[in-house]
Amino acid sequence: MTAETKKPSSFQGLILTLQAYWAEQGCVILQPFDTEVGAGTLHPATVLRSLGPKPWNCAYVQPSRRPADGRYGENPNRLQHYYQFQVIMKPNPENLQELYLGSLDAIGIDRDLHDIRFVEDDWENPTVGAWGLGWEVWCDGMEVSQYTYFQQVGGQDLDLVSGELTYGLERLAMYVFDVDNVYDLPYNDHGVSYGDVFHRNEVEQSTYNFEHSDVEKIRARFEFAEAECKALLALDNPLPLPAYEHALKASHLFNMLDARGVVSPTQRQEYIKRVRNLAKGSAEAYAASEKTSAEIEGAA
Amino acid sequence: MAEFLFEILSEEIPARMQVRAGADLQKLMVAGLTKAGLTVENIRVLTGPRRLTFVADLPVRSPDVTDIRKGPRVGSPERALEGFLKAAGLSDISEAETRTDPKKGEYYVAVIQNSGQDTRAILQALIPDVMANFPWPKSMKSGGSNFRWVRPLRGLLVLFQMEVVHLEVGGITSSNTTIGHRRHGPGPYAVSTFENYRSQLEQAGHVMLSHEDRKAVILSNASELCADKGLELVEDEGLLNEVAGLTEWPVVLFGDMDADFLNLPDEVIRLTLKSHQKTFTVRDPKTGKLAAHYIIVANQIAPDGGEAIKAGNGKVISARLSDAVFFQTEDAKKNLIDYYEKLDTVVFHKKLGTIKDKAERVAALARDLAAKVDADPDLAEQAAKLAKCDLVTQTVIEATSLQGQIGRLMFEREGGNASVATAIEEHYKPQGPSDDVPTDPVAIAVALADKLDTLVGFWAIDEKPTGSKDPFALRRAALGVVRIILENDVRISLIDVTIKHLIQLKMQLSQNKAATGWADSKSRTDSRENTVVIQKLLVEIDTLKTLLDGSPSREFENSDVVLVIPSLLTFILDRLKVYLRDQGMGHDIIDAALTEGQDDLVAIVNRVNALQSFLSTPEGEDLLAGYKRAANILKAEAKKGELPSGAANRPSDEQGAALFDALTAAKPAISKALESEDYAKALTSLAGLRIPIDAFFTDTQIISDDTAVKDNNLRLLGMISDTSRQIADFEAIQG
Repeated sequence: MTAETKKPSSFQGLILTLQAYWAEQGCVILQPFDTEVGAGTLHPATVLRSLGPKPWNCAYVQPSRRPADGRYGENPNRLQHYYQFQVIMKPNPENLQELYLGSLDAIGIDRDLHDIRFVEDDWENPTVGAWGLGWEVWCDGMEVSQYTYFQQVGGQDLDLVSGELTYGLERLAMYVFDVDNVYDLPYNDHGVSYGDVFHRNEVEQSTYNFEHSDVEKIRARFEFAEAECKALLALDNPLPLPAYEHALKASHLFNMLDARGVVSPTQRQEYIKRVRNLAKGSAEAYAASEKTSAEIEGAA
Repeated sequence: MAEFLFEILSEEIPARMQVRAGADLQKLMVAGLTKAGLTVENIRVLTGPRRLTFVADLPVRSPDVTDIRKGPRVGSPERALEGFLKAAGLSDISEAETRTDPKKGEYYVAVIQNSGQDTRAILQALIPDVMANFPWPKSMKSGGSNFRWVRPLRGLLVLFQMEVVHLEVGGITSSNTTIGHRRHGPGPYAVSTFENYRSQLEQAGHVMLSHEDRKAVILSNASELCADKGLELVEDEGLLNEVAGLTEWPVVLFGDMDADFLNLPDEVIRLTLKSHQKTFTVRDPKTGKLAAHYIIVANQIAPDGGEAIKAGNGKVISARLSDAVFFQTEDAKKNLIDYYEKLDTVVFHKKLGTIKDKAERVAALARDLAAKVDADPDLAEQAAKLAKCDLVTQTVIEATSLQGQIGRLMFEREGGNASVATAIEEHYKPQGPSDDVPTDPVAIAVALADKLDTLVGFWAIDEKPTGSKDPFALRRAALGVVRIILENDVRISLIDVTIKHLIQLKMQLSQNKAATGWADSKSRTDSRENTVVIQKLLVEIDTLKTLLDGSPSREFENSDVVLVIPSLLTFILDRLKVYLRDQGMGHDIIDAALTEGQDDLVAIVNRVNALQSFLSTPEGEDLLAGYKRAANILKAEAKKGELPSGAANRPSDEQGAALFDALTAAKPAISKALESEDYAKALTSLAGLRIPIDAFFTDTQIISDDTAVKDNNLRLLGMISDTSRQIADFEAIQG
């Protein structure tokens, strides 16, 4: 089923292999979304496209931003900016498990030598009112992917169940290439390391996130993003896509505040609730419009 | 009889659900088959990560059944006949037979022959029904189908008499094939019988079908591997069940870790290996300490003998344990008490303040309780403050189940007092009906104070358990209070303790701006206002005390103390009743001994015990009979009119006078015995009344024609009742 490809030997090779593999399975290959997100799932190509009755298969690399996880480039596995590879197949094909295992073969994991296991791990993201059942996939006791069958998104039952796969790329690469420090990963096959590409960014972003971000301005930007999202949803013809982007911006701004340690436990709950309302509102508006357009198409 | 083989194949079923699912499948299949009239024999159920298998012997058809329905008498009106025909499904009365009955005469019966059904047809109807209504704890839809299963359904093997029973469930069509282990023998395999199914899967297919077989293999291979190295497996039934649910072909491997990790507390190592990696720990039988090894249970035979699998697992374990070492080192940079202030950043409940607020309250209460349990008050206070400190250490934040244990270890390493160290760990105990109760006095004081604070707090904010909802585990806390008190013979007045603690709580919260909701919205409360709070509460306490003895006064119906304390006491006493019933006490005896206003659990139980043993003696039985007779006469007379008031005079007849004298003597004797809590003695005094009471009933005409004599006799009966009820409510006893 898979084309005979050379086993990847670098971080970018891993990405290219996964992209080629999933492209072959019929997935649209998207480029990363240009608003900061805390997890690849939050890309509208997953959250919003899993709603409604239209089939959708895609794969993409998405940087995740977690300001509080920054370690100034000093921790061998913790980063405030890292990559996830996402696959979404809607409806999930019957052989998605086999397709997934095929992707492990493609990136060079020898399943005769390595013990692959599907261990119960249900997924929930209250921010977008979503949950699903599935597993974390273990390779010799290490989690290499999250595998989920979405059941609800935006608080709504789904017309078609999407199968979602998330590969934590740095961790997977460290495993496949047997590297203990993320910065030592070969980025390409020509001597460029992950550290060459990203170390300085980790140092500077950590410094900014923890020491220099302007708390008052971030609070104001949060307020703006929230107001904008609400306004877009309150239109006679709501615009869920830009509204959702503002919900994501609000979410990231909250994470920035959290990283500065300026959010008390009570405020924290409050912020989370506000972000959740925005994201859920956008998802609901999107689902409603998808339903309407499907009905129109059906009628025509 | 013929063999029925049914296998449901799906993607990986969560390990914790498999065994239960097997039992549910058996229950539903057997119930459905039996209901359809089939006898089910030789039942077997097998479960594994990707399959549930049910096998049984069934008859090929369900039996024919003759259903006889009685109808109306011959010659009944047309209407009655029509109704009968309709109900029996007959078109004409000529289709009915007639029977004769000596009483009823000649009447109609409808004889309906229900012919049996093909087992195959029964299965075709039953299986989709069983699967559609399967009680998974969580289930899901897949693709575009509305069918729900625990994970996507992949195959149905349904054979009866070695042939496929055709049916379709959730888009899957039944067949005679199955698949094996992903790497070692995927198949597919065409199956004819269960024996053939089993031998194909267990040989070529590399699937060990039985959960119990897999457990046995893992356990014996793991033990053997350890023994070869002179070590010993640390057995863990929960983990064994889990790994048996994660493997179709378990292969046990012996892994190594850096010996430096053994400096970590055993609890940390065990928890890290078990919960994160699902690996067993290994110990050295000579020292009893953990060894620098572990047991991995893989799901396949690797061509390199498992070296890559071991290396991979070793890397993850080493990373996890390195994290644990890092956390431990960070945590140990400070003493345990240095974490106390940080408890203020963790909310216990938004209306009850932070964990630090709670710890302060518990410390004050533990100090008070110390005197009652022979503990040093300073140590009790210290232990209460330290008890929650480990909650904000990194080790416990990462692994919550180590709470208490980490605090104890840290405090021991600092060279702290042993009783305090014990109390830090054990103050969470008992966690349930079978958990140990603390026995060290300091631990008793802190454990009791912690639970009472929780109960008083949640009662004060009106977050009581309702029905099956008990999100804050308050029933468990109350049972904990009951067990700690009884099993350590702690003498306290729960009313006094909880009222005092409620005052502390309210004062603390009214000062605390962090606690919103219940306290005043003013951010600061000055001392004058505190005095007002205290004065108000003192008035409430007086009221409450009167209230517990007498009738409620409307004025105080809504005051906090009145709303909180009696309800809380009732809740604790309800737990006590459950506890005593579990110990085999009769519920009527418990109710009888639980007279109003009692709040000393040890005294209540002493009373229950004395009463239980007294009532099992002949004296007790007779006395109870006498009491009941007196009470019944009084009840009957009360119905006719008012009972005579006032005190009885010494009657002139011999028996009456003897009873009067006995009662007059018994009353102070019983009161005195009760004061010194000598229930046995009180009951003995009461038993002394048996002979005069019996004689009185035998020889005296109680309801005399002379009204004055009758009234005096009734007053005497009233004395019997009052005297007995000093000790217990005999009315409640069923005898």
